[in-house]
Amino acid sequence: MSSNYITDSHGIRRYLVTINVNGIDYTRVIKANVLLANFLREELDLTGTKKGCEIGDCGSCTVLLNDKPVNSCLVLALECDGMSVTTVEGLATTSSLDIIQEKFLEFGAIQCGYCSAGMIMSAKALLMKNPKPTEEEVRKGISGNLCRCTGYINIIKAILSASGQEVPN
Amino acid sequence: MHLPDFDFYAPESVAEACELMTRYQDEARVINGGTDILPRMKNQVMAPAILVSIKRLPGMKRIEYIPGKGIVIGAGVTLNEIALSEVIESKYHSICHAAAHMAANQIRNIGTLGGNIVASIPSADMPPILIALGATAKIAGPTGERVMPLEDVFTGPGKTVLAKNEILTEVFVPDGKMTGSAYHKFALRRAGALAVVGVAVAVEIEKGVIKDARVVLGAVAPVPLRAVKVDAFLKGKPATDEVFAEAGEIAYDECRPITDFRASAEYRRELVKVYTKRCLKKVVTDGHKAVVGG
Ligand SMILES: Cc1cc2nc3c(=O)[nH]c(=O)nc-3n(C[C@H](O)[C@H](O)[C@H](O)COP(=O)(O)OP(=O)(O)OC[C@H]3O[C@@H](n4cnc5c(N)ncnc54)[C@H](O)[C@@H]3O)c2cc1C
Ligand code: FES
Ligand code: FES
Repeated sequence: MSSNYITDSHGIRRYLVTINVNGIDYTRVIKANVLLANFLREELDLTGTKKGCEIGDCGSCTVLLNDKPVNSCLVLALECDGMSVTTVEGLATTSSLDIIQEKFLEFGAIQCGYCSAGMIMSAKALLMKNPKPTEEEVRKGISGNLCRCTGYINIIKAILSASGQEVPN
Repeated sequence: MHLPDFDFYAPESVAEACELMTRYQDEARVINGGTDILPRMKNQVMAPAILVSIKRLPGMKRIEYIPGKGIVIGAGVTLNEIALSEVIESKYHSICHAAAHMAANQIRNIGTLGGNIVASIPSADMPPILIALGATAKIAGPTGERVMPLEDVFTGPGKTVLAKNEILTEVFVPDGKMTGSAYHKFALRRAGALAVVGVAVAVEIEKGVIKDARVVLGAVAPVPLRAVKVDAFLKGKPATDEVFAEAGEIAYDECRPITDFRASAEYRRELVKVYTKRCLKKVVTDGHKAVVGG
């Protein structure tokens, strides 16, 4: 947590933070009120992370903070000083998508796509901890993510399939 | 959405934190995990000029069993750290169960025990089971520490006995004679929803007789409610289904629910009756591992 700050000409404090995002250290000078979701989207132009409700209900802003899923709309960026963040942009490489992303496409688990980044990050967190989850465990794993389009069934299938389990399409 | 401007402090000692809170009084607010206060600031329910983070204070992350005494849980321990704690699980599955069924994974990774207590929402999930198990709260202020029963911390919705410059540092769950405990919550969704009703029970049963009982009801009064009439009724009675059914009826009368958009007062009373009965039945057979419903 950063204690390094300068006070600007308006009397507002600006704090020096270094946050590792998708493997790269970013050092920025930010105000205390900057939320992690806004830091990612506005400071780093990583707009894959979406904001829906902004009060912790929908999960569309889910990112991994030190490998744990959190709602980035409820985390102050300066409290992430020295920590590592993984966003949806951090999953794919230039040449290939993450297996979860592949399976979301294959199973039609994406309609409007607004929930997808958060949903995929929750799925990632689940599979990192539990590589062969049951359907019930998948449902629990994504229970903090709301989807208004798909009805969830194809999302659940996609995640089960990403874990290498046989799923009827 | 952006939060209004504020200054941020992250003191490294309790003394420093209390000193900041004393200096800034109403201008300042403690922030722990932030899952309660940040939504309030976004909804413009409050606009503190200063946030004092207590994450760096020593001991806030502690979960420790002190042999022969009990479990210490630091106020900065997250809900998931409680849910997944082997130390707590080995003694009281009921506490882990309550934490695991709160909010959603993303919130449980940041929301803390301290925040769940001091926010003093009537439907908070951790207080009922902790109170049932006789937990105490340690509160630090500029002139030292005080320890009190957790149930005495709450004074109303959003209100506690903590002064502006006091900080809840830890909760202690004493080793006791209770042989079983359980927390059962009803919410409109299984994840991410506040309790419509939460019932916690802890009982000491010896040779089929109830020696002691503590029933605590959440979301049916301004503060977590100790159902003292139920407790008094149960003491000395045989642990039978008839006794538990009658205890449910007494709990029905003793709770003081309101009607809101989640449920009517009458519906809440019915839930209290049924859940009290079910929890009592279950702790007889399953002890501290009792799980009622899903
Ligand atoms: C989508 C969503 C779902 C939720 N679901 C549930 C649920 O199912 N059950 C439930 O019980 N709650 C729920 N909550 C509420 C909240 O997440 C929890 O109460 C959480 O435990 C709060 O902890 P925190 O550390 O984030 O609190 P914070 O926001 O950091 O603090 C809350 C309040 O307590 C004060 N405070 C915090 N710690 C201390 C301390 N140690 N000493 C003095 N003052 C302190 C702060 O000043 C603030 O006023 C939910 C919240 C959201 C956003
Ligand atoms: S935008 Fe963060 S949970 Fe909805
Ligand atoms: S695909 Fe539209 S919200 Fe999920």
